[in-house]
Amino acid sequence: MTELTLAKAIGSGLRRALADDGKVVLLGEDIGKLGGVFRVTDGLQAAFGASRVMDTPLAESGIIGTAVGLAFRGYRPVCEIQFDGFIYPAFDQIVAQVAKLHYRTGGAVRMPLTIRVPYGGGIGAVEHHSESPEAYFAHTAGLRVVTCSSPQDAHSMIREAIACDDPVLFFEPKRRYWTKGDVDENAATLPMTSARVARPGTDVTLVAYGPLVQTALDAAAAAAADGVSVEVIDLRSLSPIDFPTVEASVRRTGRLVITHEAAQSGGLGAEIAASITDRCFFFLEAAPARVTGFDTPYPAAKLEEHFLPDLDRILDAVDRVMGRENSLTGWVAS
Amino acid sequence: MRTTLSHDTNIDLGALESVDLVQIISPTGERVANAQYDPWIADLTTGQLVAMYEDLVVVRRIDVEATALQRQGELGLWPPLLGQEAAQVGSARALRDDDFGFLSYRENAVAYCRGVAPRDLVRVWRGTALCGWNPFDVNLATPAIIIGAQTLHATGYALGCLKDGVDTVSVAYFGDGATSEGDVTEAMIFAASFRAPVIFFCQNNQWAISEPVGLQAQRPVSDRAPGFGIPSVRVDGNDVLAVMAVMRSALDRARTGGGPGYIEAVTYRMGPHTTSDDPTRYVDPIDRESWAAKDPIARFEAYLDGQGVLTEEARASVAARADEVAREFRAGCLGLENPAPLSVFDHVYATANPELARQKSQYAAYLRSME
Repeated sequence: MTELTLAKAIGSGLRRALADDGKVVLLGEDIGKLGGVFRVTDGLQAAFGASRVMDTPLAESGIIGTAVGLAFRGYRPVCEIQFDGFIYPAFDQIVAQVAKLHYRTGGAVRMPLTIRVPYGGGIGAVEHHSESPEAYFAHTAGLRVVTCSSPQDAHSMIREAIACDDPVLFFEPKRRYWTKGDVDENAATLPMTSARVARPGTDVTLVAYGPLVQTALDAAAAAAADGVSVEVIDLRSLSPIDFPTVEASVRRTGRLVITHEAAQSGGLGAEIAASITDRCFFFLEAAPARVTGFDTPYPAAKLEEHFLPDLDRILDAVDRVMGRENSLTGWVAS
Repeated sequence: MRTTLSHDTNIDLGALESVDLVQIISPTGERVANAQYDPWIADLTTGQLVAMYEDLVVVRRIDVEATALQRQGELGLWPPLLGQEAAQVGSARALRDDDFGFLSYRENAVAYCRGVAPRDLVRVWRGTALCGWNPFDVNLATPAIIIGAQTLHATGYALGCLKDGVDTVSVAYFGDGATSEGDVTEAMIFAASFRAPVIFFCQNNQWAISEPVGLQAQRPVSDRAPGFGIPSVRVDGNDVLAVMAVMRSALDRARTGGGPGYIEAVTYRMGPHTTSDDPTRYVDPIDRESWAAKDPIARFEAYLDGQGVLTEEARASVAARADEVAREFRAGCLGLENPAPLSVFDHVYATANPELARQKSQYAAYLRSME
């Protein structure tokens, strides 16, 4: 057991994957000598050499497309996209090739790529450095999409993602990179496909993932002080979603709040609300509520506190599903 | 060689015409001495020459048969390769078995040369599958329909070969239209930076659907490669021996640590882009006629005749083989079975996916309810 930051925990997971499997190769911009702009790959090139930890030209489509060819040759490429907002040049290769090759070839060609993406806001960054593009990929058949919220999960899940025979989008909550926690490299952990009840509760099910899990836990603690018992579910896998875990919780609580930084319309909250309504209709005491980023582009840093869901906005939604007075009490559309 | 450009675009034809074109057989079938490339085909036996002639005839026959099948409603679509037989056969027959090709969708002659059964060429076009063969059976990826995407895959595969310490080479097939795609540029950059053993084989057939090559390039597309540090050669794409010679040379260089190579095979798409296209709206018939005079099969036939290689017996044998392949192809195509309804869910993932399994189960229940 070692105490590590979330960033270091991913790094230690990558180190183990490189050591365990000679077919694992890392590709990305500035991941070599620099160790990545967030230092996640710090020391890996020195340990494993430049042919296994490869600095690439500045071309995201090139990184992913080249990784596809490496996968054809039997490799397990781990690609780093430097920031969430830089992934779009690679969108075609990810969606049209990586996601579809296994299906296209009737299972003959496997695409065991891991695509690491630091994502989310809250770090006061400039444009294109704070986005949450996970829904695009969760909407694409053939991809797995996961995200972590703790150093232990970060370590275990990156290793599981790399070992997975399907392509995995691995979203890293960049504002939590410096969160510390104990990491046991040999821990028997929950599979990355499973959601986890991060805090048990009885009145409201609060679904969160990635950077907002901590915010949700803080909100649950505050709600408890106010007499409301909130069960927090850390989704972990965004595609597929572990609906049985969410369903079991909502059957007990009868109320559902979903929170994510990504914009509301067409987001994962919509999918979760619809699917859980479908599965738990007669157990629901209130309409599911979403607490999300707005349907706007990610704003300038001095506005992000308004864009990002926070503790108070989550508690407001908890009040709403509890039928308590909330910000929309008496609200009429203007 | 005249490079086709639409007559209303203001482009300097001279720049495109001035670049040397490797040629070993003239359009009328005469041998053209080429000190640099002659040695690369000096070993070809009479039997191999006739076999290559057979390839050309057979792939054209398959192509014509496929167009007929489309017209008869048996295929949804077909992209004819008419006119490009030499570029494809000459390059494909230069490959070693362990070399790996990455295709666009018109390279049906390449697939044929790699051993893909003609019936398997049309699974995609009949709509019974999204690919016709297992890439690892013939070391040939199934075609990428997204233009230029496969050039990066070829580059990555070549990187893998480097890591494995083998002298296998990968080949990216693409067209003149693809040269405008960012992926092709990125592929050349990655290949050059890592000295990947990959050959960029561009069939410049003068057309990207209706757009002439002059819209993609103001200079020969092969001129771009040297800017990336990749040596390139421009070859008469209708001269099967010249294509084979330049391909063998580039493969040898890549195999022995020389890094990537780039070949522009200058040819002409004599047919439509696909069977849905209407080239009469944009092709100048005079232009097309001038290319008909450079037909790759007639030229090779004339050359072999001049060499006294193509006996009446050999010619009859090739014709019989083409008939036989066409018959088998047609029967095989018509015999392709429709996939089972629930197979729509198969192979989306390599690992279990309970949510997709749930959708499959629900759709199965729906199908049962309709019985």
